[in-house]
Amino acid sequence: MKKEDTKAANKHVSTSTSLDDEQRVKVLSPGAMVARRFFRNRLAMVGLIIIICMFLFSFLGGMLSPYREDQVFRKTDSVLKDYVGTTKNNSYRLIPMEGKTLPSSISAGLERAVSAGEESFEANDTTYYLTEEGEEFYSILGGSQIATALALRGDYRFNENEGTTLSDQAKEAISEAIDNEEPTAEADGVEYQISQKGRQYQISVVEELGMATKRVFSAASENNELSYDFQFAVEKAIDAGESEVEIDGITYELDSDNDGESVMVFKDGEEYAYISYYVMNLIQSSDFLSLDLRREIERAVAAGESSFVFANEDGTEETYRIQSRDNQYTIRKYTETYLNDTYASPSKEHWLGTDGNGMDMLTRLMYGGRISLLIGFVVIVIEIVLGMLIGGIAGYFGGWIDTVLMRVVDIVICIPAMPLYLILGSVMDYLQVDPQLRIFMLCLILGLISWTTIARMTRGQILSLREQEFMIATEATGIRVSRRILKHLIPNVIPQIIVISTMELGSVILMEATLSFLGLGVKFPYASWGNIVNAVNDSYVLTNYWFVWIPAGCLILLTVLGFNFVGDGLRDAFDPKMKR
Amino acid sequence: MKKFIIRRLALSVVILFFVTFIIYSIERCLPSSFVETKARTMSEKPGAKPYNELVDELNAAYGLDKTIIPGYFHWASQAIRGEFGDSWEWNQPVTEKFGEVIWYSFAVGVIAFILQVGIAVPLGILAARKQYSKIDYGVTIFALIGISLPSFFFATLLKYVFSIKLGWFDLYGVVGRMHEQLSPIGQILDIAKHLVLPIATLLIVQMGSLMRYTRTNMLEVLNADYIRTARAKGLPESRVINYHAFRNTLIPIITILANQLPGLFSGALITETLFQIPGIGYTSYQCLTKGDIPFTMFYMTFIAFLTLMGTLLADILYAVVDPRVRVN
Repeated sequence: MKKEDTKAANKHVSTSTSLDDEQRVKVLSPGAMVARRFFRNRLAMVGLIIIICMFLFSFLGGMLSPYREDQVFRKTDSVLKDYVGTTKNNSYRLIPMEGKTLPSSISAGLERAVSAGEESFEANDTTYYLTEEGEEFYSILGGSQIATALALRGDYRFNENEGTTLSDQAKEAISEAIDNEEPTAEADGVEYQISQKGRQYQISVVEELGMATKRVFSAASENNELSYDFQFAVEKAIDAGESEVEIDGITYELDSDNDGESVMVFKDGEEYAYISYYVMNLIQSSDFLSLDLRREIERAVAAGESSFVFANEDGTEETYRIQSRDNQYTIRKYTETYLNDTYASPSKEHWLGTDGNGMDMLTRLMYGGRISLLIGFVVIVIEIVLGMLIGGIAGYFGGWIDTVLMRVVDIVICIPAMPLYLILGSVMDYLQVDPQLRIFMLCLILGLISWTTIARMTRGQILSLREQEFMIATEATGIRVSRRILKHLIPNVIPQIIVISTMELGSVILMEATLSFLGLGVKFPYASWGNIVNAVNDSYVLTNYWFVWIPAGCLILLTVLGFNFVGDGLRDAFDPKMKR
Repeated sequence: MKKFIIRRLALSVVILFFVTFIIYSIERCLPSSFVETKARTMSEKPGAKPYNELVDELNAAYGLDKTIIPGYFHWASQAIRGEFGDSWEWNQPVTEKFGEVIWYSFAVGVIAFILQVGIAVPLGILAARKQYSKIDYGVTIFALIGISLPSFFFATLLKYVFSIKLGWFDLYGVVGRMHEQLSPIGQILDIAKHLVLPIATLLIVQMGSLMRYTRTNMLEVLNADYIRTARAKGLPESRVINYHAFRNTLIPIITILANQLPGLFSGALITETLFQIPGIGYTSYQCLTKGDIPFTMFYMTFIAFLTLMGTLLADILYAVVDPRVRVN
């Protein structure tokens, strides 16, 4: 507020009583005077421009932005991922025959039997027999149950499994064996084993179940599975040192190197299978490990290299890294992965980069502004309604009503607001209140706590206005009470209300931002300036991504500053005497 | 004067009664599943009491088996004796934990308060003396920025510039890594160094309103008739300002400062949390977000009490320094 303005405005009172045009022009209505004083105030104008810009930014910007508030941007990036796990095989692998099963639980017993040089071992209540076929290569025989026999008054009823029939001689031999309590019976050159379970006898026949070897077989392509016969015959051939093997009329050529450490099997001159001592597991099972890569990995692992280069099917060279731990090797490879574009630096597409969820920062700021400003206005409306009502009643009626209402105001002022918000926020967290409902609750609570400033101010104003002559005049002329309040009291309080609510608006926005920053106000997926700055709780973000938190903080500062400038300017404009 | 003080005191007791009743009702209104879940989580921490004991203690302390009004009197009679139960988060009596942490908050608060008065009052007076000058605009803008700054953002900004970019201070905490090895004086200096940023945050955020308040009141005083008289008498300008004007400006300033005085104990919740200073603010923030009901209730009662004390102190001091108030 400039001194000259006041002088100019007051000039017409002082000089002459004549009303010439020159002086008449200078007389302005009180409203126009206020407006003129306001628009002459530089700080207030700056504040007004800031607020208008914020509204345009939030409401218009949100509409113009090509992105949505919760649109997640994704990108492809090459990430070092585990590709293959490998280790040199030191234990026997069980390969069952087609149609037979070899439970993996027997492998411990098998290892024990092999190291002790025994020919049989017990596992799962069954006896298994080992036949050494070659070096570290055994075929496993075991009883497989074919029938049960039930003792009935000295006779036996046989119950055969599907697909098997016991000849009469066999039945006779078995019955005899049971009577003599012998564990085995022989008939037609087949040995039957008998074990008792209550009144029931299980008859099983010993047959070949599969083989155990330390070598690992892998096929050259996904489609051909290596048959048991093939694996058995190739094992035999390797041990015998043969370079050719014939299975089912097809001749396979064997090519072994490293003293039989690894063997390549060719069928019709093409690679068919590969046998070595390395177990390899693809981490992503959808892929197929080609034999060439398998051999390359083996070579690199055996040589103790930490990385190697291998050309894939398209001929492009890829670098693989090897990590070793306790003889376990992990081969890692840069893989193209589709992931959220988090904390991207500012670019043409994203002017302020992206946040931790891969959402466009600028768009989030626009929508956050909407929420922050809307919350501010809703809270202020609640405050004005409550504050004017209670303050007005207290001021106008006075007496005991005034006393009671003002004590209520005192009590509300004493309620600790911040701890209350925090505990309510954590209750809402616990109840998993819907984020939208949370925003409404936030408005309500903020409004219910902070109406006291307006109530006190309204009461003070009305108390002083009540004593003034014009109010006595309204009473003397017999104007209705409602008209007195609405027409004569309220308009005189309005200027103060406008000033104080503009200032309060700033502090409400500040409060909302603080609560959202603490993670208790507006929640994801909704954006608010406060919860955008919340990302700095991660020191890494604080240190490395300024564009995530500085713009949001500056927007809060500017908006609140704008409201304070305007409030200040309005106060000066309404009440030039105070010159505050 | 005596009558005035007694009246104010009696009124404060009545208000305190209602405020604590509201706080007690808030506790009663918390969903019981929330309280039980929090008690269960807390009881699983090492050294914590078993769950049943926690809930039984809570029921006993708040008279949850009684209806709300007898329950309140039961709780109030214990609270008045300072028995607020054991904190779930810290496994020790609430008041004991409070006694441990309050001094950090008080130290930060007092230093910030003294600096605030020392800087804001002279600047406010300066701005009022040179109204509409560049200094005035500078002070006004500075004060308004201080009022408008979100303290969490300003604290983060300070951390970013001074801790990360310049590396002058630590990001968190109140003692350095080598604290134990330092000499006693070194230890104090170490703590002082860690308190620089939090105090700066509090200072900037709080200073604005005091600065503007001083300026407004000084302007009002400078327009008063007795100042014109003093000038007309031919007193030197320095005496007019420092003696006649300043003493009259002090009246409203003293009342507003008296209002703030009890607040020195309440702790700056946000600032302490951001810098992880183990004062009452940070401690209660942890309790509030983790649902430590006994501590929360204590803290809320404590804050309400402090606010009330502030108003009371301001009222009484106002009557003391301004004889005009006593007459009415």
